[in-house]
Amino acid sequence: MTKQQANWSPYDFNGGTCVAVAGADYCVIAADTRMSTGYNILTRDYSKICKLADKSLLASSGFQADVRALQKNLEARHQIYQHQHNKQMSCPAMAQLLSNTLYYKRFFPYYAFNVLGGLDNEGKGCVFTYDAVGSYEKVGYSSQGSGSKLIMPFLDNQLKSPSPLLLPAQDAVTPLSELEAIDLVKTAFASATERDIYTGDKLEIVVLNREGIRREYMELRKD
Amino acid sequence: MEAVKQGSAAIGLRSKTHVVLACVNKAQSELSSHQRKIFKVDDHIGVAIAGLTADGRVLSRYMRSECINHSFTYESALPVGRLVVQLADKAQVCFLPFDFVLVVLVLGSSDFLLKLDFCLVVIGSSFGELWRDLETRDTPRSRRAKSLQILQTYCLTRVAGHYKINNSVEVCTQRSWKRPYGVGLLVGGLDESGAHLYYNCPSGNYFEYQAFAIGSRSQAAKTYMERKFETFDSASREELIKHALFAIKETLQGEKLKSSICTVAVLGVGEPFHVLDQQTVQELIKSFEVVEEEAPAPQEPSAAPEEAAAPAAEAAAAPMEE
Repeated sequence: MTKQQANWSPYDFNGGTCVAVAGADYCVIAADTRMSTGYNILTRDYSKICKLADKSLLASSGFQADVRALQKNLEARHQIYQHQHNKQMSCPAMAQLLSNTLYYKRFFPYYAFNVLGGLDNEGKGCVFTYDAVGSYEKVGYSSQGSGSKLIMPFLDNQLKSPSPLLLPAQDAVTPLSELEAIDLVKTAFASATERDIYTGDKLEIVVLNREGIRREYMELRKD
Repeated sequence: MEAVKQGSAAIGLRSKTHVVLACVNKAQSELSSHQRKIFKVDDHIGVAIAGLTADGRVLSRYMRSECINHSFTYESALPVGRLVVQLADKAQVCFLPFDFVLVVLVLGSSDFLLKLDFCLVVIGSSFGELWRDLETRDTPRSRRAKSLQILQTYCLTRVAGHYKINNSVEVCTQRSWKRPYGVGLLVGGLDESGAHLYYNCPSGNYFEYQAFAIGSRSQAAKTYMERKFETFDSASREELIKHALFAIKETLQGEKLKSSICTVAVLGVGEPFHVLDQQTVQELIKSFEVVEEEAPAPQEPSAAPEEAAAPAAEAAAAPMEE
């Protein structure tokens, strides 16, 4: 008797790519705005970036229903934190919270591939990259999603990060200026759009720095 | 209820677009800091408490989680009116959906009463039905069994030898491990239907107010607000805060109003709930006091023109009479 397989999956894949780059006093978080299913496009104008706290932004690709549920969960937890501690959550704290939230559903995971970007308590940029069940690492830059295998090698080449195994611990943040970093991200996405069918339409870039949050858009190829 | 009257004063007032909550911070001694009496429940709701502050904290934690759950489920702000109803329901331990008023029914004869270890007190529309049902039972034992069944159906427990069935009563008052929430809450909030101010009593009753004051010496504040409340609806944010500070001043009865002894919180259209910091409050107090001092001074020179005006008016009146 052959094993019975489910002919229904609770998950869907909505595509999309997310990138984040940390600088000395800024953080750039970018994601495309295409939501697809199979070979179809559901919408060309869906934001994958969510502001969780004053200094933390979450960009997630994967199954957007799970992503939305995860965002709501974190927003509610942040409200509770604010009531109890009378202040906003710091980015490293939010990173740990996200990891715990993801692992909480270890045996029915959120199908979300996350990149958390923000400023730490000293104002330096920080980027945390996750897998679907909460394993995370603080890095200088990262990309997740359908286009990540095209973008990540490019970022590795341009923003060569020192090995996290080296001692003394070296700063992972890029020495590039804010404008240079934004330009780099735009280039990366333009290239990924060429070959990845799930990436395209529009690029949403959010820049977080001392002055606050700034949002920028760039058109990408629509095919 | 007594706990509320003995707590330090808290006042609230609202206009069409803003709600201001203010309270007097009475520290236990000069060495200690004062208790926080104003809590943010959500961006659009805040609460000021008077009475047992510990109970107030428990209730505000409850309110906060209700607001968060509502906005998680419905992605919208919890309307203030709903929150106060939920709060009022929480004050009830035994909430019965039946259409009775206080129920008193003494069963059977005296020897029956002796055997019975409780008295049922039942009045109301269903009185006749219950009584008839019990009457049909001819043995004390069956009456007792039926009474017990009634009590179990209405989820009552023994309360100092008496059971009370009521559509809104606090049965909890006699149990040793339960007591009512000893705190009065002034809930101020803004929702789609405008700005609201509610007062929740420990009894579970709640009312909506234009302006209200609770706590010790609150009558003085209430008197002040009764004089001025008609202007509140259309008052500006600054005027509202001014009235709040004056009302607080009334409760102090002679003590000088300083920002260290009062806390003021504001919320309104386009302005999430926040507590004003001490500096802002001190500046506001100074500006209102300056206005107050100026008023008596001009009154003297204006008294002179008034006197001049009076004869002029008389003169004008005289020609008119002629």
